[in-house]
Amino acid sequence: MSDFPSSAKVVVIGAGIVGNCVVGHLAELGWTDMVLIEKGPLPNPGGSTGHASNFIFPVDHNKEMALLGEQSANQYRDLDLSVDSGGIEVARTEERMNELARRMTSAKAWGIEAHMLTPAEVKELVPFVNEDIIKGGFYCPTVSVVDSLETGTVMRKKALDKNALEVFANTEVLDLETEDGDVAVNGRRRITAVVTDKGRIEAEHVVIACGVWSNRIANMADTYIPLVPTVHQMADVGPIDVLAETNNEIGYPIVRDMDTFCYERQSSGSMEVGSYGHRAILHHPDEIPSNEEAALSPTEMPFTPDDFDEQMEQAIELMDMLGDAEIKYAINGLLSLTPDGMPCLGEMPDVENLWSAAAVWVKEGPGMGQVVAEWMTYGYPRVIDAHGADIARFYDEEKSDEHIWSRADESFIKTYGIVHPSEQWGGQRNLTTSPYFSRQQSLAAEFFQARSWERPQWYNANNDLVERYGLSEREVEWDNRWWSPITHGEHLNLRENCGVVDLSAFQVYSLTGPGAVEFAERLAVNKVGKAIGTSTYTPWLTADGGFHSDLTMMRMGEEEIRVVTGVFDGGRDEFWVRKHMPTDGSVAFQNVTMGITTLGLWGPKAAAVLGQLTSHDLSQEGSPYGSIREIDVAGIPCHIFRISYVGDSGWEIYTAWENGPKLWDALFEAGESHGIRPTGGGVYGSSGRVEKGYRLMGAELESEYNPLEAGLARPKVKAADFIGKEAYLAAREAGDPIAKMCTFTVEDNTDSQGRKRYMQGGNEPILTTAGERIVDSHGRGSRVTTASPGPSVGKHLLMGYVPTELAVIGTELSVMYMNELFPIKVGAVEGAVFDSDDRRLKA
Amino acid sequence: MRILVCVKRVPAPGAKINVTTDGQAVETAHLGFTTSPHEECAVEEAVQITERMGGEVTVLTVGPAEAEEQLRYAASVGCHNLVLVPTDGLALDPQRTAAIITETVGGLEADGGGFDLILFGNESADSGGFQVGVRVAHALGRPIVNGIKGIDVEDDHIVARRAVDAGFEVYELPRPAVLGVKEGINLPRYPTMKGRLASKKAEMVSQPIDAENGGQVMVRLHRPAETVKETVMLGDSEEAAPAIVDLLEEIGVLQ
Amino acid sequence: MTLLVILEHDRGDLAEASREAMTAGRSLAEQMGDDLHAVLIGEGADHLTDEAAELGAQTVHVVTHDILTDYGPDAWAESVRQLADEIDAAAVLAVGTDRGNEVMAQLAARTDLPFVANCVSVDASDDEGWSMTRLQWGGSLLEDSTIEAERKLVSIGHHAVVASDALAPGAGTVEEFEPELDGSHAVTIIKDRAVLSQGVTLSTAPVVVSGGRGVGSADGFGILEELADLLSGRVGCSRAVTNNGWRPHADQVGQTGTRIAPEIYIATGISGAIQHWVGAMASKRILAINTDPEANMVAKADYAVIGDLHKIVPAVTAEIKRRKGST
Repeated sequence: MSDFPSSAKVVVIGAGIVGNCVVGHLAELGWTDMVLIEKGPLPNPGGSTGHASNFIFPVDHNKEMALLGEQSANQYRDLDLSVDSGGIEVARTEERMNELARRMTSAKAWGIEAHMLTPAEVKELVPFVNEDIIKGGFYCPTVSVVDSLETGTVMRKKALDKNALEVFANTEVLDLETEDGDVAVNGRRRITAVVTDKGRIEAEHVVIACGVWSNRIANMADTYIPLVPTVHQMADVGPIDVLAETNNEIGYPIVRDMDTFCYERQSSGSMEVGSYGHRAILHHPDEIPSNEEAALSPTEMPFTPDDFDEQMEQAIELMDMLGDAEIKYAINGLLSLTPDGMPCLGEMPDVENLWSAAAVWVKEGPGMGQVVAEWMTYGYPRVIDAHGADIARFYDEEKSDEHIWSRADESFIKTYGIVHPSEQWGGQRNLTTSPYFSRQQSLAAEFFQARSWERPQWYNANNDLVERYGLSEREVEWDNRWWSPITHGEHLNLRENCGVVDLSAFQVYSLTGPGAVEFAERLAVNKVGKAIGTSTYTPWLTADGGFHSDLTMMRMGEEEIRVVTGVFDGGRDEFWVRKHMPTDGSVAFQNVTMGITTLGLWGPKAAAVLGQLTSHDLSQEGSPYGSIREIDVAGIPCHIFRISYVGDSGWEIYTAWENGPKLWDALFEAGESHGIRPTGGGVYGSSGRVEKGYRLMGAELESEYNPLEAGLARPKVKAADFIGKEAYLAAREAGDPIAKMCTFTVEDNTDSQGRKRYMQGGNEPILTTAGERIVDSHGRGSRVTTASPGPSVGKHLLMGYVPTELAVIGTELSVMYMNELFPIKVGAVEGAVFDSDDRRLKA
Repeated sequence: MRILVCVKRVPAPGAKINVTTDGQAVETAHLGFTTSPHEECAVEEAVQITERMGGEVTVLTVGPAEAEEQLRYAASVGCHNLVLVPTDGLALDPQRTAAIITETVGGLEADGGGFDLILFGNESADSGGFQVGVRVAHALGRPIVNGIKGIDVEDDHIVARRAVDAGFEVYELPRPAVLGVKEGINLPRYPTMKGRLASKKAEMVSQPIDAENGGQVMVRLHRPAETVKETVMLGDSEEAAPAIVDLLEEIGVLQ
Repeated sequence: MTLLVILEHDRGDLAEASREAMTAGRSLAEQMGDDLHAVLIGEGADHLTDEAAELGAQTVHVVTHDILTDYGPDAWAESVRQLADEIDAAAVLAVGTDRGNEVMAQLAARTDLPFVANCVSVDASDDEGWSMTRLQWGGSLLEDSTIEAERKLVSIGHHAVVASDALAPGAGTVEEFEPELDGSHAVTIIKDRAVLSQGVTLSTAPVVVSGGRGVGSADGFGILEELADLLSGRVGCSRAVTNNGWRPHADQVGQTGTRIAPEIYIATGISGAIQHWVGAMASKRILAINTDPEANMVAKADYAVIGDLHKIVPAVTAEIKRRKGST
């Protein structure tokens, strides 16, 4: 054993599947001088990897999880530590059969082979299933069973064989040291050293891959990884002859009994019955025993049989043979849950070079390890856009034990649940509300939560619009869930009269100082340093030239730039600014979100309404498109920003938070005779936007696509340098984009049962009319990035990328929804299906 | 054949056992609970005997209300009757425990007939007092032998084998008798799923009974000083073979 | 007043535990300021009086009775009870062997006095109440206790004291004692003895040679079988092995398999998951053979060889054969 080192380039803490894969991938990317520290023994340190059920169902509705699951499955396959057992999700209810149809749709989107089975066909594959209690199954032949412990060992050895790594097991981390560095400028401390019971290591980078203990380690650096150790119960029952006779670790497909939140997975002569159906059982990391204190391993907590009894009865219903098998081993196994169900990857926003690789399960371990290694190497992952897993996404309100526990308590049952794409949380609501919250409540607003912010999706007080415009509920409950025809009515009213949208959740930053404009140029693709009072809508790119963000930058003064971005990406965007800002003091950063509130006023009557409250010239001359003007509105000092994300002329009106309610009241009073209505996010974020083909970060815009493909490339590239410029120029020189963002019209919404159906924008695959997948030359499959009604065009609308040769208006294609094909046409390429020449905006 | 098995609910710790700060108990915050291993074997033996010969197994525990879990476990592997004497919060010494059991057995026998055989574990996994079974047997006026790893039930007597270094000592006790059973007598079965589910429905009698403490008072629990053990490295290849064989000779396993 | 120490013997051979009992007894008697008496019971005991004196007994009581042919807990305990009354013993002491604790428990039951088993230290300086430290959890924990009783009944944990000779022998006055016993006391006397006839089992084998995932296949266990046979031992395995179907479940050492306590446990290619460790930790010695020096099993073993079991195990077998051949 070598002496304990005093310094290293990288210290990775934790030798579970994640830590091992991080060091393996880092070594492949050329990193050396790494140290892997593990509190427990090897190869099984006692974390969640050691008791994982080790199977991968590659189909997931979420793109990151599906593609990283697939990526991980392939890495296990490449190491020859994986067996394709196949797997079947069985349905006991009609509702679940619909969900399985949705699974088929997602399988198609990701190009994963899958089949619907009749009960008899399920029984053919798994003869001990009671086919009488099931309605059918979803069969995926590439479901695999992997050896995660051995994979960890092999990945570690890869790094060891390159002499890139030293490994220290049975070594406990006692502290993480940070220095203040440039904290006064960018709010970020810097990691400096890891203190262990074997000695102190100075480190340039430190990676926390400590599974359920990750937050405890993060706390040592005075920072926070929001995850909670959560129990998943499993019991090994056997011996069972029919299983033993296979002479195999796994000889039958894994069965997921979805409606009972249970799975049955053969393990040699036994059956492992695992449950996600019990009450949520959460633990604080400090409650997890050490290796010495634990009866089994730290993460194999004492089994609480009362929680499992119902699952047993249900398991016996499905497989009678289980009833007479002995329960040989049963645990409350720990795994990690986060507030939003996604992992926590990337650099800690407040501690430079401290990385989180946490809340990752075995099924996505190797892929997530690669993501983190690439992130450290290239500044952003290449294998996939991991924005949904970015640790920087969390707001402070999401980083409390109370919040995580509540979310985990609510989400545990959703592990095998049927989760609607728009499903809202029950608990931990009203964490951040706008100045208009009480007014919106009295208008019976239906609030949707955007991270911590509450935003009205529609106002039930507008119910009269349903009658006015002759609207109706949707035919199928699933399509109608978390939706209302009122939003349709608000849309039509805005197009006819005008509407007010609460935009207080906008994240607003101020960059000031002599270097502010220069720094702004460095972030943005488009030129920011224009005249005072102008704005720039611009992408921010990763170094590889993909989208990191899209947002608005405003020249507010000689040395002042205002950045306005959406609430979903606020955390990531603020981090991006802090990470890249100069530390010489030439730029000061301030998050002014909570000081500034914004109301959007749009529609043909918007100017008439605003005109009553100001003497300012509101014409295109006095208030040109894209301009910011400081004026009084109803005697309140405001900035009016002529812009539109909904396709009708109008303004975003910015004012001090405390003036908000007065401004709201003034607008509604002035608008009363102009048909003004409070208008929700259903119009702003969906129908208004999609009719105009406006892209949204995280939906249409991802790091895997560049501005040429998104249709956001300007004719010329500015002279100033900016992040991603080299890659952007290379893409421009490479010629036409290979894929283009299009808007599609659904030509017939009728399904095989004669019902009108409405796609949700949950990654439904865009296919040829024959139902074949469409994949561009970079391997990216075409899929729906956003779906929305287009009330003003009378059609359901979809957005998505297709290869350039198909991106021609009128091209006939199809979309799969609930495992059925619906005909669609390209309605717009990089443009709008509604008011395509923007006459309404110029009005 | 009516058999009574007396069991004790004990924590199931790992290699390191922590003590509460007041020193009065084992820290069980993250521990599960189980039946003392010797008693688990006693339960299995009783079930096997009744499976062979017919009859009923009654399981008795003196302990907290949560000890129901251990009784249900016994039911899940084939025991028939469950009896709990709840003693929540009481500090029981061996004399008091024995007196409670003796009185309870008296009541059970008065109601349901005498037990042909009463099984205890040789000693409890936690406090290890080595005496409750003997005290109960003596109070009931029945013979008892401890350390039993083999039981044959004959018509009028019971043959019990006690493991010693060279083999077994054989005892022959008239019925009714009491035995202290040691782990290794059998390999206890695990409950089946159906057994577990059925055990939830098994009837459990809870009857509080108390007695006086004797003269032993526990002051506190503590952990022995840690001894750090270094692994002796004998080599890093097949060239270590002579060193290994030297070791085998030294400890006398190589004749 | 006296301290009475029960000496164990097996039909005339003084048990090592009795030397421990006398060692502890001497120190206790000194604290108490009392005489140290020893008691020998049953056939063959009369040969041991000199040895008892050598170990410091002032008086050696030799208990004889027609029914005291062999060991029996009732007969022994009843004899000690009557003797203790006769000599007005302030305390009775034994070592916490199976027999020692059994006789003491019987004695306690007969007198309804407290009995403190498996002490590692005793403070007997106060006549009224003693305080002591005793073993709980098989030695994983210690319990501080006190007793108040007119006659203190205590056993000393086996191996808790190191047996030593007395600085000076005791007077060793031999006194015969014939208790009043009847047939009821004979009920639990050993009727017969049996020598193990069947082969060793995994749980009783003096040597267990075990293989884990590192063995690689069912066939790979051939070399472990050969070594185990040479050592009259048994082959065991880890859960990973039974999960892979390489060995039957009966061979599995671990929490959910068999718990073993051999003289030596040779663990080859076993990482040492806790599940496994729990089954193996009672082994008197552990030799780990593993390619990974960081493996849990290596850290917990008494001895380790870092290397490939497929080479090391056959080399050990060959070395044993060579030595056997040469003798």
